[in-house]
Amino acid sequence: MRYGMAIDTRKCVGCSDCVVACQTENSIPHGYTRDWISETVEGMYPNLALEIRSERCNHCDDTPCVRTCPTGSSHIIEGGIVKVTHEECIGCGACIESCPYDARYFHPEGYVDKCTFCDHRVKNGQDPACVSVCPTHCMYFGDLDDPNSEISKVVAKNKVKVLAPEAGTKPQIFYLV
Amino acid sequence: MREELITSGRMNPGIDPVLHGWHWPIPFYLFVGGLAAGLLFFAAYKVLFGKEKDFPTAVMIGPFVALAAIVMGLMALIYDLHHPLYAWQLFTTIRIESPMSWGAWTLMIVSIVNAVWIFTYLKKIFPDFNLKQNFLRKVISNFIEEKQSEGKLNWDWKYKFLRDFESFLIKNRKALAWLMMILSIILGVYTGILLSAFNARPLWNTALLGPLFLTSGFSTGAAMLMILSKTHLEKIAFSKIDVLLIIIELFFITHMFMGYLAGSEVKAEAAHYFMGGEFTVTFWVNVIILGLVVPLALETMELLNVKIPVIIPGLLILWGGMMFRFIMVDAGQVIRYLY
Amino acid sequence: MKTTRRDFIKISSLGIGGLALSTSPILGWVPSFLKEDDNTPDDSTAKRYPNYCEVCFWNCAGWVYTNKDKDGNEKIWKIIGNDDDPNSNGRFCPRGTGGIGMYYDKDRLRKPLKRVTGEDGNQTFVEIEWDEAIDIVAKKMKEIKTKYGPESFALFKHGTSGKHFATLFKAYGSKNMAGPAYSQCKAPREEGFRMTFGHPLHSPEPLDIRNTRCLVLIGSHLGENMHNGQVQEMSEAIENGASIITVDPRFSTAASKSKFWLPIKPSTDIALLLAWMHVIIKEKRYDIDYVEKNTSGFEQLKNHVKNFTPEWAYGITTIKPDIIRKTAREMAAASPAVIIHPGRHATWYGDDTQRSRAIAILNALLGSWGRRGGFFNPEKAKLPKYPMPAFPKPKWSWRDIAPDKYPLAKMGVTNLLIDGSHPDKKEGHKIKAWFVVGTNLPVTIPNSKRTIEAIHNQEFIVVVDTMPSEMAGYADIVLPEATYLERYDDLRLAQHREPTIALRMPAAKPYAETRPGWKMCKDIAGKLGLSEYFNYNDYSEVLDWQLKKIGSSLDEMKEIGVMKLDRKYNDLYFHEHMEHEFETPTGKIEFYSNGMLAAGFAPMPVYTKHPEPPKGFYRLIYGRAPMHTFSRTTNNPYLMELMKENALWVNPKTAKDWGLKTGQRVWLQNHQGAVSTFSIAVRVTERIRQDSVYMVHGFGRLNKKLTKGYGAGISDTEMVTDVKIDKETGSTGMRSNFVTFLTEEPEKKEKTV
Ligand SMILES: Nc1nc2c(c(=O)[nH]1)N[C@H]1C(S)=C(S)[C@@H](COP(=O)(O)OP(=O)(O)OC[C@H]3O[C@@H](n4cnc5c(=O)[nH]c(N)nc54)[C@H](O)[C@@H]3O)O[C@H]1N2
Ligand SMILES: Nc1nc2c(c(=O)[nH]1)N[C@H]1C(S)=C(S)[C@@H](COP(=O)(O)OP(=O)(O)OC[C@H]3O[C@@H](n4cnc5c(=O)[nH]c(N)nc54)[C@H](O)[C@@H]3O)O[C@H]1N2
Ligand code: SF4
Ligand code: SF4
Ligand code: SF4
Ligand code: SF4
Ligand code: SF4
Ligand SMILES: [Mo]
Repeated sequence: MRYGMAIDTRKCVGCSDCVVACQTENSIPHGYTRDWISETVEGMYPNLALEIRSERCNHCDDTPCVRTCPTGSSHIIEGGIVKVTHEECIGCGACIESCPYDARYFHPEGYVDKCTFCDHRVKNGQDPACVSVCPTHCMYFGDLDDPNSEISKVVAKNKVKVLAPEAGTKPQIFYLV
Repeated sequence: MREELITSGRMNPGIDPVLHGWHWPIPFYLFVGGLAAGLLFFAAYKVLFGKEKDFPTAVMIGPFVALAAIVMGLMALIYDLHHPLYAWQLFTTIRIESPMSWGAWTLMIVSIVNAVWIFTYLKKIFPDFNLKQNFLRKVISNFIEEKQSEGKLNWDWKYKFLRDFESFLIKNRKALAWLMMILSIILGVYTGILLSAFNARPLWNTALLGPLFLTSGFSTGAAMLMILSKTHLEKIAFSKIDVLLIIIELFFITHMFMGYLAGSEVKAEAAHYFMGGEFTVTFWVNVIILGLVVPLALETMELLNVKIPVIIPGLLILWGGMMFRFIMVDAGQVIRYLY
Repeated sequence: MKTTRRDFIKISSLGIGGLALSTSPILGWVPSFLKEDDNTPDDSTAKRYPNYCEVCFWNCAGWVYTNKDKDGNEKIWKIIGNDDDPNSNGRFCPRGTGGIGMYYDKDRLRKPLKRVTGEDGNQTFVEIEWDEAIDIVAKKMKEIKTKYGPESFALFKHGTSGKHFATLFKAYGSKNMAGPAYSQCKAPREEGFRMTFGHPLHSPEPLDIRNTRCLVLIGSHLGENMHNGQVQEMSEAIENGASIITVDPRFSTAASKSKFWLPIKPSTDIALLLAWMHVIIKEKRYDIDYVEKNTSGFEQLKNHVKNFTPEWAYGITTIKPDIIRKTAREMAAASPAVIIHPGRHATWYGDDTQRSRAIAILNALLGSWGRRGGFFNPEKAKLPKYPMPAFPKPKWSWRDIAPDKYPLAKMGVTNLLIDGSHPDKKEGHKIKAWFVVGTNLPVTIPNSKRTIEAIHNQEFIVVVDTMPSEMAGYADIVLPEATYLERYDDLRLAQHREPTIALRMPAAKPYAETRPGWKMCKDIAGKLGLSEYFNYNDYSEVLDWQLKKIGSSLDEMKEIGVMKLDRKYNDLYFHEHMEHEFETPTGKIEFYSNGMLAAGFAPMPVYTKHPEPPKGFYRLIYGRAPMHTFSRTTNNPYLMELMKENALWVNPKTAKDWGLKTGQRVWLQNHQGAVSTFSIAVRVTERIRQDSVYMVHGFGRLNKKLTKGYGAGISDTEMVTDVKIDKETGSTGMRSNFVTFLTEEPEKKEKTV
């Protein structure tokens, strides 16, 4: 089993519903976020291209964040989900520095927090909160190891890219472009 | 025009608009770590090569400064933790892949060996000493015999195991020196590669940063000894070492920037931060000119027998070494992968 | 779930020398009281309550979840969509998801407020008890009634709870009521479509976007305009490979998803629409059968558009002739599964009914009305009315304020009520007092100077709001309403492909001393001797009564939230070979409208030239951000996180001329001298024409009680002083204002509420 996400940038409108939904579902304190929206505009008026992306921890295959964690608080669970055990985290910031995507942040309570792929929902067979609310249905979540899963098909069928592949972390969030 | 922006979300303090997850304690910790590594290396080296007599500062005073530096460094490190009360968890695991874990353990072991080293020299450094009636004296007098005459203290241990331990160490000083030399190199390499282990940051992602920090650490150690030394012999010796180390450093720095420029788009961009960009002035003035070129010139003159108070190049090297680490930590957090 | 590192299944490849080391700790011991890895609450401990969203007027139905917080208190936790709801299909937009911020906003109104004048002459609000507040309001209503007649009391309303107040006003004897959703929003579109098809569109618009082959967006900025169902269906259309054509001076989100982006010169859309008709008719690409069978006035139209060539339109719109032709053919190729989107906020340039007519006609030419992939025929559920006596007949209404104006207006015109309230109204019917429910008039109605003059001319103003809005700042009495999350309201009967009924019920007790609108109305009515109109103790009784009449009950609705009903007729789309009777005078779709002519307007759409920005000025255009709704969310703690203030979009060439940089703060001045109170950050972007600047509506709040919204960005309304009234409907065209940049802070005038 290998959980992953695919996000169709051709459908995403950057509405940020995925961001608020994560905040309410996971009770993220105001002023912090686990996911965010970025936008790249290229070209010159009137020949323009806009790419909108919903971003979060990539639950990488090669995890510098887990590797650099001195306490073992950052770890990997079933399905390749990268998690942080709050009460083992000393807040040294090593994992933050080692993530090329700036996907982690210091929670005001002192530990480091990040996207959990909503494992508390996934274990009940639900989609992550962000995926489940997305009004444009542009996000797909599932088992990349299962060739019959929707996400595997979507990734196989479309042109995809990952973010900053040169950082070498083997991200597991794929952007359809 | 290319416009790249985070349109919503991610106002996580410490992450946005630029990463500053690590603050002053980390570069400070790297600086004192490098300094301590240099000091301990020279102490051990001089003992191993039988120069103990000629280099009393390096062998006996340096390690004191090193221990103080390590303690300050550890304190800074813990201060930077967001959960300092959990710091003990650093020592419930060894995670070889984690430079932080490695560093915590290295520092702990080095500080023990360092303390032991000092222990073996206590008699030589403070043959007789006076201490007012205070807490420290009370503690110490639990372990040593007080000399009745004049209330002076010396290091006559009360307990046999301490006396045995001491003579055992002195007998095996060479072995201890070997151990400390190896550990000091590990410490130096560690402070060097801490950043380059974080290859998520394009600026830190270079193999040259390790050797460069190692050299720079040793050079600050030599500079410190240069300042502390009382004899001309010692001063000149470390001055020479420093000239050599500075030349090596300049060589590494040139190569590092050439590497950036020849590298990927982000790497080239990283280099531009130092060549016209945000960090240009601070870097060139503090690190290259004040920290390397000027002291190099001054020391060369000194070696050519022009009288220059050694404290000036010494302090400049220390300053440059510290600024180098502050700038690298800061800039490394600013420069990110583009996508 | 307690996850342990021992579960971990993939050992990440090792960096340092390929050392394969176990990552398990040698001493992994942690005191058990600290072991609380995952305290994320999940649905298993939650309770849920049905509701429909009030953050915008799409009114999506969903569920409000409550759950225990860390201290064990039951708290509103999250809001998600109801799968059975056709407006949301189980997925809310960000504003609906962030609707819980309406509940948690620390700046909310807590208690009724009364304006008092201190000894120093300064006015302040003091908190008063509900009894006193209701007494004052009822007394004043009686007083106005005796002095001027009940018609002199006007009701401005927007949103669901406005309905209770409408009942109160009808019972009281006034039909002088209006809302911004008409004259500041849909009026020209509704009347333009009514004059063409005999039928306005209403909300949610019956657009079959998910089945369309070609979607043409004229200004409609779906994706930023987050009208949920439409955005969802646009995404489906993209998935299905439909082509999108976007006409917008700005590279909107929708434009970025389009096959064609036509960066039109603002205010020239009618010319483009006429040129499209020209091409489609000239090249015989219209739906010939459909036009023959269902329309009247084709020959006149053909003649009318004869000279409106793409070359002619190019000079006006700056859109190249070959692009006009290509896009016309693209639409025609998709016909009848094509939608020229009617837009919603249509009050742009004062000739908006004409533009809406042009859009309606183009749709009719392509045969999309009543067709799959075009406009479907919606159906709405019906419920019996809760019994109450007949209403008294008012002596006059809003139309009598200016009897010869705006003949096409079919609903209350807000700005006409303001005209009737203004000191320059010397004769005829005058408005003397206002009741304002859920609408923020100084921000919502353009030319706020005039609105405020009218406000000062009133004897009494009551404002019902949840927040210390700008409007509330002008009230004599402020009545704090409980939000939609804390109250019962009418059942939602939205039109859609199938009829549905949706319930709103409280998920929490009303905050502080707030109360639901129905309760205020009932209590005021009690004091006015109008209790028979509010014959219940709790509004839930009304809902239960209505639901039982159709064989359901409140209890059942609490379980399901949304009830889907069957359509009465199988007429979602027109049946081929069937005659259709349109509710127009001719019974046909009217290309040529005698009704328009009789009312004194052009019978077929005409292009009028509009003023252009003077040198050094730029047209101010505005729109929506997906995470905000007007001023109702610009203090919402969740949504403000996503976007804290608006920015001013400026083309790089303009920026260069002015030396403006992204992030730099500027103040604005319009061509009539109005200066913005606050500053705005510049965003230099290729995404906008050189002759225009753009900002999102709803920011730059003036009420200091709004700790997040006060002073955040600029209010577009402050810059809209030159209002172009649509003669047909009286709606307020707001895009004829030109602004220039002030790079230094102008002298401060105190303009806060
Ligand atoms: N997120 C969010 N969504 C909303 C709302 C909200 O508050 N927030 N409000 C809802 C309501 S009530 C309404 S009425 C709708 C309004 O939403 P729409 O009906 O989509 O509103 P418009 O005014 O047509 O859209 C503004 C767009 O028109 C463009 N524009 C400006 N001038 C011109 C012009 O001269 N010609 C053309 N072709 N385009 C022009 C602007 O660049 C901008 O992209 O949105 C609804 N949806
Ligand atoms: N300049 C400019 N003006 C515009 C527009 C524009 O784009 N630019 N758009 C126009 C359009 S399309 C429309 S539809 C209108 C919208 O106009 P309005 O509906 O007036 O818009 P809001 O600013 O959302 O004001 C709503 C008020 O209702 C309050 N409120 C929210 N929930 C409740 C509730 O449950 N009960 C009560 N009693 N009050 C509540 C809010 O606090 C807020 O003060 O604005 C129009 N005016
Ligand atoms: S909710 Fe969906 S459409 Fe909206 S920003 Fe997130 S991914 Fe994009
Ligand atoms: S995105 Fe960052 S935090 Fe997430 S797994 Fe990859 S490196 Fe770790
Ligand atoms: S901050 Fe916490 S999770 Fe991150 S590396 Fe340090 S201990 Fe591990
Ligand atoms: S998967 Fe869950 S935790 Fe991760 S961004 Fe989405 S909602 Fe947030
Ligand atoms: S579109 Fe969004 S804000 Fe409007 S009713 Fe639906 S969920 Fe609420
Ligand atoms: Mo509207």
